[in-house]
Amino acid sequence: MSDHHHKETFVTKYIFSQDHKMIAKQYLITGMIMAIIGIFMSMLFRLQLAYPGESFGIIEAFLGRGGEGGVMTPDMYLALVTIHGTIMVFFVLTAGLSGTFSNLLIPLQIGARDMASGFLNMLSYWMFFLSSVVMVISLFVTTGPASAGWTIYPPLSALPQAISGSGMGMTLWLVSMAIFIASSLLGSLNYIVTVLNLRTKGMKMTRLPLTIWAFFVTAIIGVISFPVLLSAALLLLFDRSFGTSFFLSDIFISGEVLHYKGGSPILFEHLFWFLGHPEVYIILLPALGLTSEVIATNSRKPIFGYRAMIGSIIAIAFLSTIVWGHHMFVTGMNPFLGSVFTFTTLLIAIPSAVKAFNYITTLWKGNLQLNPAMMFSIGLVSTFISGGLTGLILGDSALDINVHDTYFVVAHFHLVMGISAMFGMFAGIYHWFPKMYGKMLNKDLGYLHFWLTAISAYGVFFPMHFTGLAGLPRRYYNNTAFPMFDDLLHINQVMTVFAIIGGFAQLIFLANYFFSIYKGPKSPQNPWKSNTLEWTAPVEHLHGNWPGEIPHVHRWAYDYSKTDENGELWGGQDFTPQNIPIREGEEEF
Amino acid sequence: MKALFYIIIFVAIAVACWQFVKLLGLTKVQDATATPRENNINGWLMLGLMGFLYGLMLYSMYGGKDVLLPQLSGSEEGYHIDILFKITMTLILVVQFVLQFIIYYFSWKYRGIEGRKALFFADSHKLEFWWTVTPAVVLAGLIIYGLWTWNKVMDSSDAEDPLIIELYAQQFNWNARYAGEDRVLGNANVRFIKGQNIMGVDMTDKNSADDVPLTADPESFVKELHLPKGRKVIFKLRSQDVLHSAYMPYFRAQMNCVPGMVTEMSFTPSVTTEEMREYKDVKAKFEKINELRKEQGKETVEFDYILLCNKICGASHYNMQLKIVVEEEEKFNEWLAKQKTLAQSLN
Repeated sequence: MSDHHHKETFVTKYIFSQDHKMIAKQYLITGMIMAIIGIFMSMLFRLQLAYPGESFGIIEAFLGRGGEGGVMTPDMYLALVTIHGTIMVFFVLTAGLSGTFSNLLIPLQIGARDMASGFLNMLSYWMFFLSSVVMVISLFVTTGPASAGWTIYPPLSALPQAISGSGMGMTLWLVSMAIFIASSLLGSLNYIVTVLNLRTKGMKMTRLPLTIWAFFVTAIIGVISFPVLLSAALLLLFDRSFGTSFFLSDIFISGEVLHYKGGSPILFEHLFWFLGHPEVYIILLPALGLTSEVIATNSRKPIFGYRAMIGSIIAIAFLSTIVWGHHMFVTGMNPFLGSVFTFTTLLIAIPSAVKAFNYITTLWKGNLQLNPAMMFSIGLVSTFISGGLTGLILGDSALDINVHDTYFVVAHFHLVMGISAMFGMFAGIYHWFPKMYGKMLNKDLGYLHFWLTAISAYGVFFPMHFTGLAGLPRRYYNNTAFPMFDDLLHINQVMTVFAIIGGFAQLIFLANYFFSIYKGPKSPQNPWKSNTLEWTAPVEHLHGNWPGEIPHVHRWAYDYSKTDENGELWGGQDFTPQNIPIREGEEEF
Repeated sequence: MKALFYIIIFVAIAVACWQFVKLLGLTKVQDATATPRENNINGWLMLGLMGFLYGLMLYSMYGGKDVLLPQLSGSEEGYHIDILFKITMTLILVVQFVLQFIIYYFSWKYRGIEGRKALFFADSHKLEFWWTVTPAVVLAGLIIYGLWTWNKVMDSSDAEDPLIIELYAQQFNWNARYAGEDRVLGNANVRFIKGQNIMGVDMTDKNSADDVPLTADPESFVKELHLPKGRKVIFKLRSQDVLHSAYMPYFRAQMNCVPGMVTEMSFTPSVTTEEMREYKDVKAKFEKINELRKEQGKETVEFDYILLCNKICGASHYNMQLKIVVEEEEKFNEWLAKQKTLAQSLN
C-alpha cells in the first residue's frame, strides 16, 4: 500500500494538477466555456438567417465592425460559422467530451491509481488550454477570424486577397489547431497505455465496461488520424508564409497571376478528411460509450450483446479510416474511386444499426430509471437514428451529387454527430457529476433541461432537411439573392425560434451545474446502484483513488438483475458490482 | 460596452435560475435514482416527445413538400437519381417511423415501477445474426443500385456529338465558353489572362479562335447560358482563384471547380425552360413565392434554371449565380450562331 498523503499546495491541487480527476474537471470547464462561445455564435447567425438585413442590438454589441448598424457583414457571417464549427467539433466535442470522460473514467473504471503518466496528462490539458486561448484571441484580430469554413479548404484559406479572414485570423487558427493536435496526441497515447497496462487484477479486456472500450478505440483512431491533419495544417502554413505550392496552382486574383504552380487543393481535402471523417467517430464513440453505461445501469439490465457492441466499435473505427472520400464525391475524383468510397461508407451502416438495435433491446423489459442521464441517453439513441438514416443518402455517391453542401448535410451531421454527442456528454455529466464533485445535481432542473433541449434540437434540425432538399446551399449569408428560396424564410424563422429556446435552456444547465458544486446535496457512495469500479472509491477525492488496496475484479460490468436458478436476485439486490467474487453456484456471464 | 450589458443580462438570467434552484429546495436530499413518480411522469412525457416528433415529421413532410425541388428532373440523368432517391427515402422513412416508435414506446412501457424485476437478457445469437444480416442485405441492394446509377450518371463516353462547354468560375462570377465549330476547346491557363481575354484562353492554339464565349444578352444585359434539349452537354470546369462548385439543382448536377485542374460533368437536358414553367410543382411553388414577394413589395418572378455556387468562396458566395435557358435544339442553334466567336470578340 502506497502513501499518497504528501502535502499539496493550491497550485499543484487546482492548477498544475497531475491528478486525473482534477484534469477531467479542468477539461470540462474549459470545454463548457468554449461551448458557450460556440453556441452563442450560432444564435447570432441564426438571427441573420431568419431575419436577413434586420437590425439587432445584440449583433451590433458583440460583433463590432462586423455588425455595424446591427446587421452583420457577409465576412462576419462566414467567420461565425467557421469558428462555430471549429469550436464545437474540436474544442467542445473532442477535448471537452473525450478529454473529460477519458480522464475521469479510465483510471477509475479499470482500477488504476492514475493515468500512466500524470505529467503528460497535465501537459495535454495545458496545451489544450493554450490552444483555446489562441483560438479566442483570433476572434479579435483586425482582419477578422478565420472564415473559410471549418474545413479551411485552400486556396480560400491560403490567400488573404480572397477573404479577409485568411490573414492573421487564419494563421492563429492554424497555430491553435497545431497545439490542439499535440495536446490530443499526448492525451490519446496516455489513454492507450493506461488501458493496456494499468488494469487491476481480474480486469480482462473482455470485462472492461463499454465506456472504456469506446475511449480506448477512440484514442487509437485519434493517434492514427490527427497527425495527418497536423501535416496538412503545417503544409498550409508553408504555402501561406513561405511561398510553397503544396495546395496551390494557377491562381489569378486581385488582377495578378500568383507564382504558385503544381499544387492541388484536392490533396488538402484528402489530408483534411483523412482526419475529418474519423473525427466524427472520435466525437461519437465516447458519447456512445457513456450512453451504453448509463442505459444499462438505469435499465437495471445488462447491456444487450456486449461482445457485438465491442465488435461494432472496432468495425466502426476501422471503417471510419477508409471512407473519407465520401466528402469529396463531387471534387472531380475518378468515379471508380467514388464507387469504392460509396461501398465502404454504406458498410458503416451495419455496425451502426447493430448498436442501435442493441440499445433498444437493452430497454426492452427493463425497469427504467428515468433520471436525467437516462433521458439524455434515450434521446441520443433517438437522434442517432434520425440523423444516421440520412447518411444512406449522403453516403451514396449518386444521391450525394444533388444534396452535397446543402442544408441537408448540415441537418444530417448536426443530428447524428452534434446533438447525439451533446446528449451523450450531458448524460455523462448528469451521471458522473457525483463522482466529480461528490454532490448531486438537481433532478427537476435536469428534466427541464432535457425537455427543452430535446424539443428544440428536433425543432431546429428536422425542418432543416427540407431546406436542403429544396436545394439551399450551406454557408450562404442570406437566401434572398435567389427567388427560388423565398418560400424557405418562414422555415428559417421557425428554426431560429427553436434555436434560441435551446440556447436559453443551456443556462438552466449552467446554473444547476455551478450551484450544485457548492450547494448540492452530498452524494451517496453509489448513487445509481451501479456495478463499475468508480463507485467503490470514496466520495471524497484522494490522490490514488482508493485508500487501501485497489479492488480486484471478478466479473463483467453488467450483472444487473441477475437471478439464481430459483429466479431470486443474487444477493437480494438487482446489481452486483464488479469487485464481488463469483458466488457459489453462479455462472460468470 | 453594449456587449457588457448583454453579458450582464445573461448572467442575471443564470442567477435567476440559481435562485429558482434554491426555491426548488435543492439542498434537501433527493432519492438518488428516479422515484416512481418521476419515472411515471417522464415515461408519459416520453410518449409526449414521440407525439411531438411525429407531429413535426408529418407537419414538415406535409408543409415541406411544397418547398422541395420539383419532382420532374430537368435532365435524363436526374431521372435515374430521382428513382434511387425515392427508394432510399421510402426505406429511411419506414425505418425512422418504426424505430422511433419502439424507442419511445419502450421508454414509456418499461418505466420503472417499484418491485419490478428487469429481465436478465444479455445475449441472443439468433437476434444478433438477424439484425446484422438484414441491414447487410438491404444495404447490398442499395449499394448495387446506387453504383449502377452513379456509373450511368458519371459516364459520358458513349455520348454521340456532345456539346462541349467550359464553365469558368471566379470570385463571384460565372463565365462560359462553347467549343465552337471544331467541337474542341482551345487551351487555357490563368497566365494568358489579359485585357478582354478574361478566361485566359491561349489564342495561339488553333482550337481557340472559333470558341464562343458567353456574353450578356444585348436586350436584358443578363448573361444566359443556353442549352439544347435532348443533346448531351459535357461541362469542363475551371476556376481562376479559389474552389467553387457548379451546382444546378434542377438538373441534379454538381461538380467542383478547382484551380489548377479541369473537372468534368455531363447531363442531357430533357425539359425546356418553357415546359418546366408549366409543370405543376413549379407552378405551385412560384405562385406561392410570388404571393410572398407581393407582400414584401417585390416584383414577381418566373421560374428559371439556375447555376449556383455551392462551395464557400468568399464574401459574396451567397450571390454567385448564372441563369440557364434550356430550349429546343433549332432555337439553340439559332442563338449560338448569333454569338461572336472568341476571335471576333477579342479583336
